[in-house]
Parts: sequence; C-alpha cells; structure tokens
Amino acid sequence: MIERHLAISSVVSLPKTELDALLAGLRHNGYQTVGPCLKDEGLVYAGIESLADLPRGVISEQAAGKFRLVQTGQERYFDIIPGGQSWKQFLFPPRLTLFTAQKDGRWRIAPDGEPAPRYALIGVRACELAAIEIQDRAFMREDYADPIYRARRRNLFIVAVNCLHPAGTCFCVSLGSGPRAERGYDLCLTELDDAFLVEIGSELGRSLMTELACEPASAYLQNAANQGLEQAVKQMGRHLDTSDLPQLLAGNLDAERWEQVGKRCLSCANCTLVCPTCFCWDATDHTDLLGKVTRRERVWDSFFNPAFSYFAGGNTRPAIRSRYRQWLTHKLGAWKEQYGTLGCVGCGRCITWCPAGIDLTEEIAALREEVEA
Amino acid sequence: MSDAKKPSVAVYKFSSCDGCQLSLLNLEDELLDLAGALDIAYFLEATRAVKPGPYDITLVEGSVTTPHEAERIRQIRSEARFLIALGTCATGGGIQALRNFGNADEMARMVYAHPEYLEYLDKSTAIAEHVKVDLEIWGCPVNKHLVLECIAALLQKRKPNLPQYTVCMECKLRGTVCVTVAQGMPCLGPASQAGCGAICPANGRGCYGCFGPAGYANMESLSERMHTLDRFPGETALLLRNISGYVPAFRKAADELHIANAASQKETK
Repeated sequence: MIERHLAISSVVSLPKTELDALLAGLRHNGYQTVGPCLKDEGLVYAGIESLADLPRGVISEQAAGKFRLVQTGQERYFDIIPGGQSWKQFLFPPRLTLFTAQKDGRWRIAPDGEPAPRYALIGVRACELAAIEIQDRAFMREDYADPIYRARRRNLFIVAVNCLHPAGTCFCVSLGSGPRAERGYDLCLTELDDAFLVEIGSELGRSLMTELACEPASAYLQNAANQGLEQAVKQMGRHLDTSDLPQLLAGNLDAERWEQVGKRCLSCANCTLVCPTCFCWDATDHTDLLGKVTRRERVWDSFFNPAFSYFAGGNTRPAIRSRYRQWLTHKLGAWKEQYGTLGCVGCGRCITWCPAGIDLTEEIAALREEVEA
Repeated sequence: MSDAKKPSVAVYKFSSCDGCQLSLLNLEDELLDLAGALDIAYFLEATRAVKPGPYDITLVEGSVTTPHEAERIRQIRSEARFLIALGTCATGGGIQALRNFGNADEMARMVYAHPEYLEYLDKSTAIAEHVKVDLEIWGCPVNKHLVLECIAALLQKRKPNLPQYTVCMECKLRGTVCVTVAQGMPCLGPASQAGCGAICPANGRGCYGCFGPAGYANMESLSERMHTLDRFPGETALLLRNISGYVPAFRKAADELHIANAASQKETK
C-alpha cells in the first residue's frame, strides 16, 4: 500500500482525471467544492463538481482595464490567471445577515443560526494564499476576532495551485507572495502536461491522497515543475518597487500626482471590491413596514463610496483625489504599521478591473519620480 | 387602527408611462401591509375611491410637459405634507425630455395631424423644477423595494437607506463580471447611481444610467474612457442621452462628446 509512504510534505504525482476523485472525497467529507468556472466572458469562483466544470484550454490576457479569455486548445485546467472575484467572498461574504430582531412587547434578537459552511477552495494561487493570510490578521486578531470569518476560516480546505503562466498585470514577485505556494495549504498542485504534481500540506490532505491513485513523483516531474516556476518568476507583467513605501506615501501627501490620478479615478470602488485583502464593510438595518421586524445586514463597502466617510457635519474625504490617496496610503503604507505587512499581494486585480485603467504600480513609480525630481 | 389615524397617501401621475405606479402595485407580498399601515386616499391606478386632501405622503410619477401640469403640480404641492418625486420622469424629465434637445413645435407637426389642438410646454422637466420636492426616488422604473424602504422610513421617522454609491458596487456585490473590462462594452455604471441592483450588466449590456448620475460622478474621465470603446460611432453619447439624458451631468457629457465627434468627423473629411 502507498499509504505508509505518504506524509505531510510528501510530493506525489496524480493523473489529472483523479482530481474528480479528490473532489468527490472532499464532498464525502462534508465540503462544498468551489473553484474557477467560466462565466460571461470572465472567470468566477463557484461550485464545481468535476474537472468538466473547470476552464479547460483557456487562458486570460490581462492589461489595465482589460480582461480577455483566449482559447489555447491545450488539455490544461489551471493556466488561466483568475478574474475579478477572489476567495474573500467565501470567508467575508458580500452580503450577510448578522441577526434579525422582532418587537413583541420588547425587542427579541435572534442571531443568524446557520452553521458556518465548509468550503474546499480548489485552485488557490500563491498570491491568494497570501491575501487570505493578510485578511486573517484583520479578522482574527487576538483582541477582536470576527466570529463569522473565524468559523468559516477554520472550516476551510485549501487546494493551492502553483502559477506557471502569470498574466500581464501580475507582480507577486515584487511582494514576495508568489508564484510558488509555500505554506497555508492542505494540498498544492503544479499542473504539468500529463499529471498534477501534488505537495501534501496537512493531515487531512494526506489522508485524502491515500485514497487516490497517486505515485511518488519522479525527479523528472519535480524538475519540470521547478523549471516552470523559475520561468514564471521572469514573466511578471508588472513590477512594484516596495522599498520605503510607507515613508514615500506618508511623506508626500501633497504630491501633484494625487491631483492627476484624482482626475482619472471614477471613484467607482471596483479596485477595493476586487482586492483580495480589502475588508471595508457597512452594517445596515432593514425594517419591515410596521417596524416590528428588523434585519441587520453586513455588506461590502468602500471608501470610494462617499457615504463611507460621511460623519456628522460632513465628509472627511470629499474629493476623489483624497479617496484614491487613502487607498494607496493605507494599502501600501499604514497597513504595514497596523498589520506588519503591506496590504498588497501583487495579484493585479485592481489594475485589470479598473474601468479607467489606473495602474497602482505606475502610480507609485510616478510618485517616486516626482519626489526624486 | 382606524383609517383616520393612519397616514394618508396620494399617488399622482404626470407625463409618464405608469410603470412606477405599477411598481407599487407589484409589491404583491407587501401590499396588504401597505394597505394596513397607510390610508390610501388618492391612487386612481389602484382605486376610484378618492378622499379629499391634504395628504401626509404624496407620490408623484411623471414629468411636467403641459401648462395644465405646471399648474396642477402647484395645487398638489399645496396639499402635500411630504412630496416624493417617483421615478426618473419626475426626478430628471424622463425619456420624453429627449424632445428638449429639439424643437417641440416641429416634432408636434411631424407626429400629429392637428397639432393646433395640443397645449404643451417647450420642455419636459422634473418636478423639482416647479415645486419643492422632499425626496427623490430615481429609476426607470423605480426599484419597488426602495420605494417600500422610503415609506417604511417615513412611518418610522428615520432616514431611508438609499445607496449613494455607483452601479459598479452592485455588480461586484452580486458577482457580475464587468462588461467593460471583460467584453469591452461602454457602460455608464461607474458614474451612475445604484439602486437597480445592476440589472443591465448582469444581463450582458452596459448601464445607461436610468437611476441618474451619482452625486460625485467623474463624467470627464468616464466619457474619455467609454468613448474609446464605442462599437459604433456615438455609442457612449447615446447611452448618456437616454432615460436620464436631460439631467445636467449627463447632458453636459453628451454635449461634449457630440462636439468631439463632430470635430473628429470634420478632420477625417
């Protein structure tokens, strides 16, 4: 039996068709399997049952404000760099009822009693793993933990995928978050032409693999995976110079560049909503007509929404310029002090999904140039 | 509760298609609650029974397009404690405000055999151009759930939850793939007021701003970007000059695109 050979950090090869058995095994263990699917000319994360649901032979070409699917005809499933959705929607849902309350003489509060769903995420990139780790720091602090996030996070099973074909807006190498998944997964796949190379990252991952037709990975396959990853490092479409970013941003709040980008920015909030680390939210109450039932909902928000920074007496960020500046000074500056890491993982979503095509790597480069001039 | 103690409601129609009043009647699940909480005193689309004013809540659908309507809205205002302009005809002039860009007399002659029987104003205008409006609910048609939210807020003496953000946020909240980024389609979503639930992009077409421009819309940047995606000449300008075409922000942006289009055509000639 192969079982006795498998351990955490073992590397095995798995025929591609065996992914169906892995998905079935996960569902058998009570997981909802979610992964990349094609939809409306884009790539979304949704429920998947088998390999047939994955985007076979398709890649994405990405540029500032542009995402296009391209058919390659190859028998490959994970060459496509993701779309605007990120895994945060499963841990930090866009809309969620926190509780309902009924007035029956006095108010009675009923918390949302649904048990936390158990998701198995299929195809998580290294940058996305890094993003989950960053959101963990915001939502699972020692002093204040978000119970909804925590319950969903603890239930998570992660099948990571090493990135071999970065897109034009990728720059994970600049942030040190990819393209190789180093930690934080249960299983990690590298897709080669004939098989998946699988690295085992957890006990549950190991026990699931014992049920599958895997073999010890040959040196040839491991070498092919390593070479692919070395190539990927050289194929980053973008670069971000991260040196002294917090100081650069905090020290140049009146730079001319903010005026310039404020004129292009639509304040539409797309960048913050596609960002896998952004966590702004609002809580709204929805009452019935008679005022006897109310429901409190948590919903994604963004400081590009002027209502977000409206306080009694006025708006603290009335101009688009100041809202855009808040995005960069927080994500690439204050975040470091707050959470010990920058808030960016180099996934490039904010560049691709900006309808105006604003590129944060370009903005930082221009700011540096202005300051150094 | 007796009818005398319930707040009275009046619903009026001006130049419009009735679609927003129908949205009220489409509140099937909540209609009984509404009838229980309110005294429906004047709503000809729903009932012939009419009670005299003044009314606590007055909803006005439609724009002002005739001298009679201009007079009538002042009369209605005088009997209204709280006046709500309902739908984009009432808040922005509506689709019929497209005639504001041409000559009304010429159009009347083209359409009617005997235009001399018509009495009309030069322009189709929003209710707020004529009388004080306490609350505007945009949309073509309005989102019935937002109307219900506004009525609930009035009954409970609180501020209604009306979104201030753009349609883009609604697309992202429902997981819709951006039609501009993924399909290269012009879309007014980044500058348009949310409230519809991003119906158009979710069905594979660009937003044409029927909820009007967002309060902070960056029209210059939007026009510049969307105009480069036009799949036929003037596509973005046509999106702008649509249901909310006479609302100042969209009107100005479309005017500037038309000037730019004319200039570039002149150059190519």
